[in-house]
Amino acid sequence: MSLDDVVAHLSDGMTIGIGGWGSRRKPMSLVRAICRSPVKDLTVVSYGGADVGLLCAYKKVRKVVFGFVTLDSIPLEPHFRGARQRGEIEVMEIDEGMFQWGLYAAANRLPFMPTRAGLGSDVLTTNPELKTVASPYGDDEVVAMPPLKLDVALVHMNRADASGNAQYLGPDIYFDDLMCMAAEKAFVSCERIVPTEDFAKEGSLHTLRISRIYVDGVVETPRGAHFTSCVPDYERDEKFQNEYAKSTASEDAWAQFKTTYIDVDEDEYQRATA
Amino acid sequence: MNAVTRDEFCVIACAEALRGSGEILVSPFGLIPPIAARLARATFEPDIVLTDGEARALTADGSIESWFPFRFVFDLLSTGRRHVFMVPVQIDRFGNMNLSSVGDHRHPKVQMIGCRGAPGNTIAHATSYWVPRHSTRVFVEEVDFVSGVGHDRDVESQTRYVISNLGVFDFDSPDRRMQLRSLHPGVTIEEVQSNTGFELAVADDLVETRDPTPEELTLIRETLDPDDNRKQEL
Repeated sequence: MSLDDVVAHLSDGMTIGIGGWGSRRKPMSLVRAICRSPVKDLTVVSYGGADVGLLCAYKKVRKVVFGFVTLDSIPLEPHFRGARQRGEIEVMEIDEGMFQWGLYAAANRLPFMPTRAGLGSDVLTTNPELKTVASPYGDDEVVAMPPLKLDVALVHMNRADASGNAQYLGPDIYFDDLMCMAAEKAFVSCERIVPTEDFAKEGSLHTLRISRIYVDGVVETPRGAHFTSCVPDYERDEKFQNEYAKSTASEDAWAQFKTTYIDVDEDEYQRATA
Repeated sequence: MNAVTRDEFCVIACAEALRGSGEILVSPFGLIPPIAARLARATFEPDIVLTDGEARALTADGSIESWFPFRFVFDLLSTGRRHVFMVPVQIDRFGNMNLSSVGDHRHPKVQMIGCRGAPGNTIAHATSYWVPRHSTRVFVEEVDFVSGVGHDRDVESQTRYVISNLGVFDFDSPDRRMQLRSLHPGVTIEEVQSNTGFELAVADDLVETRDPTPEELTLIRETLDPDDNRKQEL
């Protein structure tokens, strides 16, 4: 598949889950391809970073479901901030553990998952659709976290084979497997497509975390997580991330950043940031 | 040896928040809390488990002792075997803490990082707050968003200590209001109160934050923070 083939599966108003965490192993080449497409009014479900920021900057987002949005080494995501402070987007802000439970409920086709997280906090008051439920076994009253059902999940992995089995080689899968399981359709971008028999050379059995059962398409996109980290293939590009963050300084700065890096095809992006 | 500086009293105060913890995971955000957690482990709390934010727990000599991807941390919360230090945007007299946004949540004046794990943390396990610059902007009458649950809500809060550059506060007062329990040397009650946006309770047995021992001071200055990162936050 190509990046555009994946984006062709998206349509206006869809709910999409984006893998990774903060500024780590984000499927940025797919995110950039969405920015260049006509798709709009997305609900974005993400342990958020530059994916959320860039989609907000391109006015692709109707709503963000999040526990945080951060660039890690730069704590606050400037484009997400701008969109929020201009009142452009709706949010469902929840505890980051509730978020996992929501994905887990969707993955398991359950009506909800019980959790205490949220009780007593403004997560419940600002999300009136979140209900509590009495335990049938005792006196506990817990939050019934509804499933975070995704139309499409987009994740970036270190390796995949052509049929969709995917491998992470860094320290943390984050929640990419759950994202794929929670989605109607899941697409994996990867640093390199390898023959299935080569997985064992790349990493241990335990790194083969996503099965093709959950995956609808694979796209090879070397440096596809850039400028977020994709260890051990590459670290975060802090210098470029700074440039990205500074692009909110003025309309001119943003226009220039956008023209130079995002409104260009993937090859041109990779050349411009090499 | 040079006189003990304020940042070093803050390290001691944060380390003291961990006294008696035993074998738990400590997740220290900010610059001073990680130094304090390593100090506690190197001295009076040797069983503390510490991650470096990269999905692994490291021993004092830098060996990887266990794997801690984010979901393992989430799975650990409800056992209560964790103490997190977070850096609040706002905090009120009952310890309700805002990490989310300032102003109306639907259209905030200032968007911050988001509530993160604070709603779950504060009712599952020990949570303390580190405030490098104590001011009426942080210590407010009412927080704009309750990310971390304080002691006046309808669930039991596990919020323990607030450590600022001026002193140490807890919620052990009769009505669970924030009370000043320790002043860093050189700070007055008046200075703390005038930088706090609500009326503080003061512990009957108010003390001064203790001095580091010579051993602790050497550890802080030469081993744990030779580059003086602790001085950047204040």
